[in-house]
Amino acid sequence: MSIELKSVTKHYGRVSALADISFSVTDGELVALLGPSGSGKTTVLRLIAGLETPESGGIFIRGAQVNDVPVRRRNIGFVFQNYALFRNMNIARNIAFGLKIKKWRPEQIHARVEELAGLLELHGLLDRYPHQLSGGQRQRVAIARALAPKPDVLLLDEPFAAVDAQIRQELRQWLVRLHHDIRLTTIFVTHDQEEAMEVSDRIVVFSQGHLEQVGTPQEVYERPRNEFVARFVGVLNVVELEVRHGVARCQELEFPAHGLVDGQKMRIGFRPYNVQVSPDPSLCRHRGVLRKTYFLGVMLRLEIELPSGLVIRSRISKEEYARLGLKDDHEVSFQIRTYRILSKEGDPLGNEVATTHTHKPMPHLGEGI
Amino acid sequence: MNIPSGFKSGARAEPKPMQGSSVVKWSLILAAVLFSIVFLLLPLINVFAQAFAYGWNVYWAALKDPDTASAVRLTLIVAAISVPLNAVFGLAASWAIAKFEFRGKTLLLTLIDLPFSISPVVAGLLFVLLFGAGGLLGPWLEAHHVQIIFALPGMVLATIFVTFPYVARELIPVMRQQGREQEEAALTLGAGGWKTFWLVTLPSVKWGLFYGIILCNARAMGEYGAVWVVSGHVAGETDTLPLRVEKLYNEFDPAAPFAVATLLALLALATMALKAFLDWKSRDES
Repeated sequence: MSIELKSVTKHYGRVSALADISFSVTDGELVALLGPSGSGKTTVLRLIAGLETPESGGIFIRGAQVNDVPVRRRNIGFVFQNYALFRNMNIARNIAFGLKIKKWRPEQIHARVEELAGLLELHGLLDRYPHQLSGGQRQRVAIARALAPKPDVLLLDEPFAAVDAQIRQELRQWLVRLHHDIRLTTIFVTHDQEEAMEVSDRIVVFSQGHLEQVGTPQEVYERPRNEFVARFVGVLNVVELEVRHGVARCQELEFPAHGLVDGQKMRIGFRPYNVQVSPDPSLCRHRGVLRKTYFLGVMLRLEIELPSGLVIRSRISKEEYARLGLKDDHEVSFQIRTYRILSKEGDPLGNEVATTHTHKPMPHLGEGI
Repeated sequence: MNIPSGFKSGARAEPKPMQGSSVVKWSLILAAVLFSIVFLLLPLINVFAQAFAYGWNVYWAALKDPDTASAVRLTLIVAAISVPLNAVFGLAASWAIAKFEFRGKTLLLTLIDLPFSISPVVAGLLFVLLFGAGGLLGPWLEAHHVQIIFALPGMVLATIFVTFPYVARELIPVMRQQGREQEEAALTLGAGGWKTFWLVTLPSVKWGLFYGIILCNARAMGEYGAVWVVSGHVAGETDTLPLRVEKLYNEFDPAAPFAVATLLALLALATMALKAFLDWKSRDES
């Protein structure tokens, strides 16, 4: 176990920043701390680094409690959101900083700087100053500087937030490759669920200082523990149902009551890709009108409006769309392959998967929601 | 006065020049130039004109006067003690204020500004009332044969008081703008507090610090009111340059006060030149 947090809490003044956070990261893992701004994810990163101190709970690095170990002895590499390069030093001296502090011999320092310049493609930039570099280059220098003293863990705070969309994409891939090459335990903070999905082995989801879920990208996406996670990680259709005559309904949509009695409510969610659409208005269980089609590249998003005005989103591939011959403002029918109960009245954490059983069976493709 | 080095930077973009009528523009420029000539440039030229009105020999004789030479020495000594102390204090105070949260921060900021709002004469009087013969600590000091008022220690104290805000006021915005990230980066790379200060904090504020120091120095050497109260005016012993100028002027000497005044004027010009150089240098680097 490389890093472990046990029941960590933290307040800023009277505001609770983190409440009872526990999770662990194994050796060599690449973990994303995901959440909206103000969710406490950066505070967790700074706690691991020692830049903040917890009020209670323990932080362990390689099995040893480090609560009272100062930042400089934790042997961590930290990459700041705005890189925090030393403006008065050139790139070589930036990278060598930690090595000089640790009193490496000059020839060792030189060799290590050269090695990192190779690894991070920084040759030719070594005698420049930070202000002469582009955002992507600064980012790589910051990582090189953090890696130079051979830390036990690499911590990155919003590593891709400050660069353009195109470079961000490249940097993500590049971080995955780098991690694959050096196998260093790495934790990064992001508010971008797509980024977390694409880059990490596991995701830790935060909201308002609480840890909502820990899991692989697939687990978090398909089996979210609650509505917050389900909504934050990907697009979700959410419908609130009320049980009447033993059936849970919302407008035209009907679902089994799942043990609830008349008058009780529940919320269900389903991913757009689990909404199967047919151009034949009578083929599937629910009817609606295809109002708008959004082209998202390989995938398309469809908005289907029910007679009551309720809008359901579906996601299908371009090929499927062409095969079905769907057109905007035409009647369609659709069916929900699988959905997840997000909450039940009297049982807010009720969270189970249900598959819709229809009179005309459709191939069951989805897992989870 | 130009905006000091630290205030400028990418954070605030300079506003676009206004597309106004050129009549307004040129009359404003003319007014500013005229004002500067009448109130700043002409008096300065006059000082040099009066100083050299009786020729080089009279000028040199005035400067070589032993009492004047002693005033130069004393001024340098006072500045040499008070400026470094204020530089150290200013660094510490601005670091604390810009980078940490603590109770009484506003009070500390107000205290730093106090010398700006107090008349220097009152500042001098404060020290007389504290350390003078009839003052609070006077009898004790007398019993231990320590002389503060009407001696060098009093003049240094008064100068420190008056020049107290210069370095701190210059550094606080620079330090605030730098934030704590670079220092935190140094900590994560294994540096302790002291190394972080020397290797990261100090180099990143060096131009602001130099700038504060030269302003502080100019004020320390030119200070009149506070020093006048505590000095005792003993020619050749407790006269600084500004006090010497006044004394010579009161003695109706036609050239000597202006000759000594040129030294202070040259100090001002040197300060301005250094300041311009620092502005250029710091802009060049950012």
